[in-house]
Amino acid sequence: MMANPGTLALVALLSPVLSFLVLSIVFPLRRLGRPAACFSILCAAVAFASAVMAWRIQSVAAHPVHLVWPWLPSAGKTLADIGVFVDAQSSIMLCLVSLVALLVQFYSVGYLHDEPAGALGRYYAYQSLFAFSMMGLTLAPNLLQLFMCWELVGLCSYLLIGYWYQRESAARAAVKAFWITKAGDVGLLVGIVMLWRLTGTFDLAELHSLAATNAGPLAGLSIITFCIYLGAMGKSAQFPFHVWLPDAMEGPTPVSALIHAATMVTAGVYLLVRTDWLFALTPNVLLVVAWIGAFTALLAAVLACVQDDIKRVLAYSTVSQLGYMMTAIGAGVAAAGFLHLLTHGLFKALLFLGAGSVIHAVGSNDLPNMGGLARRMPQTATVFIVGTLSLAGIPLFGGYLSKEEILGAVWGAHLTGPFLLLMLVAGLTAFYMFRVVFLAFFGTPSPVAQVTHAHAAHGSHAHGVHATTAGTGARVAHTDLHNEAVVEGAHVNETPHAHEPPATMLLPLWVLALMTMAVGVMSTLHIGAFAQGESTEAAPGWLTPAAVGVALAGILLAWAAYQARAIDAVRLANAFGPIRAAALRKFWIDDVFEAIYTVVLLGFSRIVGWVDRYLVDGVLNLVSDWTVQAGDELRGIQTGKPQDYVYGVGAGVLVLILLMRLVF
Amino acid sequence: MGLQPYLLLSAAVFCIGLFGVTTRRNTIGILLGIELMMNAVNINLVAFARYTAVASGMVFTVFTICITVTEAALGLAIVILLFRVRRTVMADHLDLLKG
Repeated sequence: MMANPGTLALVALLSPVLSFLVLSIVFPLRRLGRPAACFSILCAAVAFASAVMAWRIQSVAAHPVHLVWPWLPSAGKTLADIGVFVDAQSSIMLCLVSLVALLVQFYSVGYLHDEPAGALGRYYAYQSLFAFSMMGLTLAPNLLQLFMCWELVGLCSYLLIGYWYQRESAARAAVKAFWITKAGDVGLLVGIVMLWRLTGTFDLAELHSLAATNAGPLAGLSIITFCIYLGAMGKSAQFPFHVWLPDAMEGPTPVSALIHAATMVTAGVYLLVRTDWLFALTPNVLLVVAWIGAFTALLAAVLACVQDDIKRVLAYSTVSQLGYMMTAIGAGVAAAGFLHLLTHGLFKALLFLGAGSVIHAVGSNDLPNMGGLARRMPQTATVFIVGTLSLAGIPLFGGYLSKEEILGAVWGAHLTGPFLLLMLVAGLTAFYMFRVVFLAFFGTPSPVAQVTHAHAAHGSHAHGVHATTAGTGARVAHTDLHNEAVVEGAHVNETPHAHEPPATMLLPLWVLALMTMAVGVMSTLHIGAFAQGESTEAAPGWLTPAAVGVALAGILLAWAAYQARAIDAVRLANAFGPIRAAALRKFWIDDVFEAIYTVVLLGFSRIVGWVDRYLVDGVLNLVSDWTVQAGDELRGIQTGKPQDYVYGVGAGVLVLILLMRLVF
Repeated sequence: MGLQPYLLLSAAVFCIGLFGVTTRRNTIGILLGIELMMNAVNINLVAFARYTAVASGMVFTVFTICITVTEAALGLAIVILLFRVRRTVMADHLDLLKG
């Protein structure tokens, strides 16, 4: 019984929901804080263990397992099932989700040690709900269950971004993330329902067989796939819906690692990977996917180059890497995109958690406040550099093979334009990531870790006055209009010197770093699970040297500008004057959204308001005015004298008699 | 004698009553007018009963007389109460229902 991957996956799915229910119902436990965290971590560990077992068994058995119960009954048959669908993709994704969820929950114990106990319990309840929703999405046997979990992860994202809801910017970011992803979700829902009208089923396996035998009707399929892609665009932060992701960094850093880097934002990519056979029938939509993906990758990479907030750099790099994955799917090689999703999940979680330890130590997100941290926190620096090299796509590191696969796939699909964009992005990625490394971990230790002085020293640094008094440990409402430097005041260290984080934070970092390295070494040398994974035969021989060369050039440029100071960073910035200025304003995309909101939405509501006030209300007021006036004029005939009424009765009788005589 | 003289008498009494109701200012006078109109009806009933030789008209008359008496009693009681409250029984002063 336990050998069934379906049952194991079900255990993995249900243990976080158990944790969520216990934490939400048994509120004394939740308010204890740390015991609640332990319970949640225990459930996450159970989920991870069963996920790994399910994956091992599934990869041996190699045939998909359906374990479903009828859900929505309708005439004759059930409209949709609910349950788990374990195949190669969903089981490996399940492992990634449960692994990162477990590590992040473990890491949070150290990271959020200053939080009040009640808030910590709430945090773990949300984390458990998120783990459940994401696994439910991963294992969904049909599009309806997928959509349900899709909305649930959106809700969890909202709740966790707004975890420090006392801070206005966090509350705003949460609402922004919710609404922008919601805009895409509407498209997804429309797409799913239209697909159901066309084929009569929600079930992924049935749809797959329909698509494989070309039995499904093709007319109107392009609109459907585009609608589904809209949902993916919202969730996976594709242009122009990418604006919510950088703001989502208002949440605690572990949340950013789990939700806004490793798992939830990749849900859009995962959806497209799950339905790639459907998209294969509509090459025109795939072309759109590829171009938008490549454009998003470039846009986000450029934006990442000008950010001074370490988390925002990582956020834009996530957007950029999501663009990579989307381009691979657009090129028709979803497997390459999925591989990059998995490796990216590992090393981006690593980078975010590493950034979390840096923020924890320094008490600021701003790169100019850091510097020389490698000496003070060598372990964090090591794992962060492992993550950075993976992201840059250097051989022997995690992201190398998946990046090469994507570039090869895009070249193989004859998408020269996106290919060139992606090559440029590869260089930019290496540049901006090593800019972070050199600024944060090397160079001169600026008065730095002494946060109090750092703020004075960088007071002119475009952010105005930070209302932060380091060392008090109080959470400070952050009112910076630009949202660029978020000071997680709760973690401002008591001591003025940065130091290594506690073991609860270091352990997840090392686990992720070692796994990234293992994947990197195995994939580079083609051993283990990657032995047969040779699908780059479409790629020309010059591809690997070119890509690695571009990445190395980026690293070299960053080294020259920020470490060796051979090139003056300011002059380098000035060389790209207009682009830099535009990037600092986020290419006005947020402003465009705001303008659309102000002009279109508010304008339309004004018109509707006018119609309601003057047309609808006007007619009603006119009618009531007439009634009042008529009553005023008719009241004169009521004299109140009894004899007048007798005259009235007499006159009425006479009229009746006359009528009878003359008419009838 | 035929039916006609009775009907003429009844019509005359009814008209006198109606005239009283519409012209008297005193509420007691109006009540007296109403009594006259009721009696005109009674004359009609009795005359027709006699003319058609159906006894039910007579029986009706007995009932009507009873009703007239109670109505007069009630009417007078109302007038007395009105007088106590308003200190007048003049109909043109009692215009509380004026719109």
